[in-house]
Amino acid sequence: MATTNAGAASAQGESEPAASSKPIVNDFSIQIATVNGSGSQSANSVLLRSIFAMGVPVSGKNLFPSNIAGLPTWYTIRASKHGYLARKKDIDILIAMNAETSREDILSLRPGAVAVYEEAANLKQFRDDVTCYPVPFDKLTAAVCPEAKLRKLVRNMIYVGVAAQLLSMDMAVVEKTVRQQFAKKQKAADLNWSAVEAGFNYAAQTFTQQAPFVLEPMHATEGKIIIDGNAAIALGAMFAGVTVVTWYPITPSSSVVEQLIDFLKKYRIEKDGKANFAVVQAEDELAAIGMVLGAGWAGARSMTATSGPGISLMAEFAGLGYFAELPGVIFDIQRVGPSTGLPTRTAQADLLSIAFLSHGDTKHVMLFPANVKECFEFAGAAFDLAEQLQTPIFVLSDLDLGMNNWMSEPFAYPEKPLNRGKILTAEDLQRLGSFGRYQDVDGDAIPYRTLPGTDHPKASYFTRGSGHNEKALYSERPEDYQNLMERLARKFETARTMVPAPVIVQTGKSKIGIIAFGTSDFAVAESRDQLKKEYGVEADYLRLRAYPFNKEVRDFVSSHERIYVVEQNRDAQMLSLLKLDLPAAETTKLRSVRHFNGLPIDARSVTDEIVLQEGI
Amino acid sequence: MAATVTNPAPKTNRIGLPVLEYRGSKTTLCAGCGHNAISERIIDAMYEMGVQPEHVMKLSGIGCSSKSPAYFMSRSHSFNSVHGRMPSVATGALIANKTMLGIGVSGDGDSASIGIGQFVHLMRRNLPMIYIIEDNGVYGLTKGQFSATADIGSKLKTGVVNDLPAIDTCSLAIQLGATFVGRSFSGDKKQLLTMLKAAIAHKGTVMLDVISPCVTFNDHEGSTRSYKYMQDHEEPVGEVGFVPSFEEIDVEYDPGTTYDVTMHDGSSLRLRKLHEDYDPTDRALAVKTLMEAHDKGEILTGVFYIDTQKAAFTDLLNLVDEPLATLPQERTRPSKQVLEEIMSHMK
Repeated sequence: MATTNAGAASAQGESEPAASSKPIVNDFSIQIATVNGSGSQSANSVLLRSIFAMGVPVSGKNLFPSNIAGLPTWYTIRASKHGYLARKKDIDILIAMNAETSREDILSLRPGAVAVYEEAANLKQFRDDVTCYPVPFDKLTAAVCPEAKLRKLVRNMIYVGVAAQLLSMDMAVVEKTVRQQFAKKQKAADLNWSAVEAGFNYAAQTFTQQAPFVLEPMHATEGKIIIDGNAAIALGAMFAGVTVVTWYPITPSSSVVEQLIDFLKKYRIEKDGKANFAVVQAEDELAAIGMVLGAGWAGARSMTATSGPGISLMAEFAGLGYFAELPGVIFDIQRVGPSTGLPTRTAQADLLSIAFLSHGDTKHVMLFPANVKECFEFAGAAFDLAEQLQTPIFVLSDLDLGMNNWMSEPFAYPEKPLNRGKILTAEDLQRLGSFGRYQDVDGDAIPYRTLPGTDHPKASYFTRGSGHNEKALYSERPEDYQNLMERLARKFETARTMVPAPVIVQTGKSKIGIIAFGTSDFAVAESRDQLKKEYGVEADYLRLRAYPFNKEVRDFVSSHERIYVVEQNRDAQMLSLLKLDLPAAETTKLRSVRHFNGLPIDARSVTDEIVLQEGI
Repeated sequence: MAATVTNPAPKTNRIGLPVLEYRGSKTTLCAGCGHNAISERIIDAMYEMGVQPEHVMKLSGIGCSSKSPAYFMSRSHSFNSVHGRMPSVATGALIANKTMLGIGVSGDGDSASIGIGQFVHLMRRNLPMIYIIEDNGVYGLTKGQFSATADIGSKLKTGVVNDLPAIDTCSLAIQLGATFVGRSFSGDKKQLLTMLKAAIAHKGTVMLDVISPCVTFNDHEGSTRSYKYMQDHEEPVGEVGFVPSFEEIDVEYDPGTTYDVTMHDGSSLRLRKLHEDYDPTDRALAVKTLMEAHDKGEILTGVFYIDTQKAAFTDLLNLVDEPLATLPQERTRPSKQVLEEIMSHMK
């Protein structure tokens, strides 16, 4: 993603307020303010997908409350001819559908922005530097929708029509998208389309002032897919051959398993109607991870998906998994903590708690997908790594990536066969005579294991979270404990060489480097273009994709004078992990760029902070 | 002298294994601990039933009881997990390989306090496994604090009196959906062995609460979990008889005096009534009888409840016949065409 965006970094930056009369093409953000539970999702989806269908790169973000219905919610859509997918800090077009927040919504706009709102709200009174398009939504809705109880839903489609007219959208494309959206319900499709048309016609007949933003067809989305990160993880897990899935529902991870269940039911039921998978909704996260490790011990590819509060509960079992060497995959779709925090807002703030999750000397492998494609790929890689390394593997996504729709290249089929790790069969044991469960035979600190049910009298061993020797016998002997702990540390060194390597973009001339990971990548890619265009600063970039870090990370740091570590948490958690890993002299190069207000990080915030610290 | 004696071939069971092959490591529990007697009965039951040791998973939590899987069946895979969390580990393991026989050993602290959440959900799922609580009413490893199964009014060695009511794990298990629930006493060799053999034949959750006196911390005057107390207050609800599927039934009883239950594998469980009108298929009656006996200071033993019809959790999951754990990639990774189809829907 980093390289794609860097390549797309043409001469133009983000749009400026429309001072001239020439409209800005394919480069703006829309914010739709609605009430949670009012069914605006379909309308927003039609708008997003119509822009996508016009070939214009687009991204959508749902900023929603932790609530079933009634509280304010916002959806932002960004169209970017440059292919920037990060959140845009400023809103260009506001569609204010929530009376409760509309005053605040319009006051937050920058001068030169555009606002569409319910006529009766008279928002014009608050701003004379914003182009206003009042629309009698209720009146228009009543005219197209005789059934009163459907009006709440249909009302949203009116704004799709208004926006389509103001942005000069291709109505044939919009109609096709509406009909796709309601493909299974002809009546609903007709009703919604008539609402879009009503909005379009009203705007065409009423508004004389052209909006300063327009959409023009491009060819930048051909062949691309739209998918959310949680669905991508679910697909990755299914194609990695997952067989045991356990979970306890928690926002924003629930849709990983919900979507996985749909996929598994469709594609993993065998000819005789039986399932070659099991999904168990556990009583809590403790049980969910316990089941994962029990299944992993027995030889299954097992996983659970959770978020921060679940990670906290899993601490005890994470230590067991590390110490007794049990495979399992844990997907953490991060949200804002600590405690309940902001359950529906995004963050990258579980790094430190996961890296050392559980008491005693414990270290865990983490993978950091930065886009939906990597959600798919790393889900697969995680199962291989878990079985190869015989340890729990944590995949850290976040709410922004997991619950929002992203455009992406289609996913490539995993051609590499599944790697099930070092497992001895009855035939192996026949040949070997016996085995030591925790013996480092190959020098990579990864021992061999047998699975329960292996038909050989020497196959069994005793798995325990208490002290054990190489033969898996109970031991409190000092040398046994120390040997075991040192081997586990060496195994972590082996992990370094097996996890996904960082993605590095560098000129070889720059003194400044940026290190980021996960969804911060979208903002960093755009920020690098801003730094270059606006300040003439070329910053090299290393995107971390896993912990433990490999040698390239150290080399990157040592070949730069200043390193900006960009992350979405308060305490510079990734910077702390880097400090632990780097030689003391290198750590003084590290500077921190943090974003932690619950909204996805944006490029402007990154650029401003780097410029400030650089003293430019 | 040894040179002149030839050892006769050791006696073997129906799969040709001597009882030695069912033994474990030497126990490190206290001499006289009830848990050791239970381990012995497990060995006998598995041997007599001719269970292949490699097809057994032993699971436990933390505590004296949970150490005991090391002391029986070394040829079986074993998992000593974390405190109170054995049910979840067992659930995962048995889903991953439903062809295995699962036997879990827990304690009263492990199940009734720290692990009560996982305990009730395992019962509710009717996971096919044998779940044994080695119940002594105290935490032994931490030197004798009360557990949640200690009776109200019972006394610690230090004189501390328990002022909270006991959790009856059997009543709980019956209410929640376990399909074979009973209580026995580590000192009652015959009853415990018979119940364990029947447990092996059952498909569904078997919950056995086995009173197992702690000789170090809870075997004194004032305890309701002592050998002496059990001798004076044990009250069998019925006499348990069991005939495995591979043996002939050779004793007939008068009709009306026994309950005969045909188990999943064709074995017969015969419960001879000692209490008038006791019906081990009546859940409400079972719970009522347990509560009434407890109020009288009796410790009821025997099989309280059995249901051979209810689907086990692994059946509800509609799993393929082979273990999920070792399915080949050809069955668990859908084809390239499937991915292409999914991708085309997302365009």
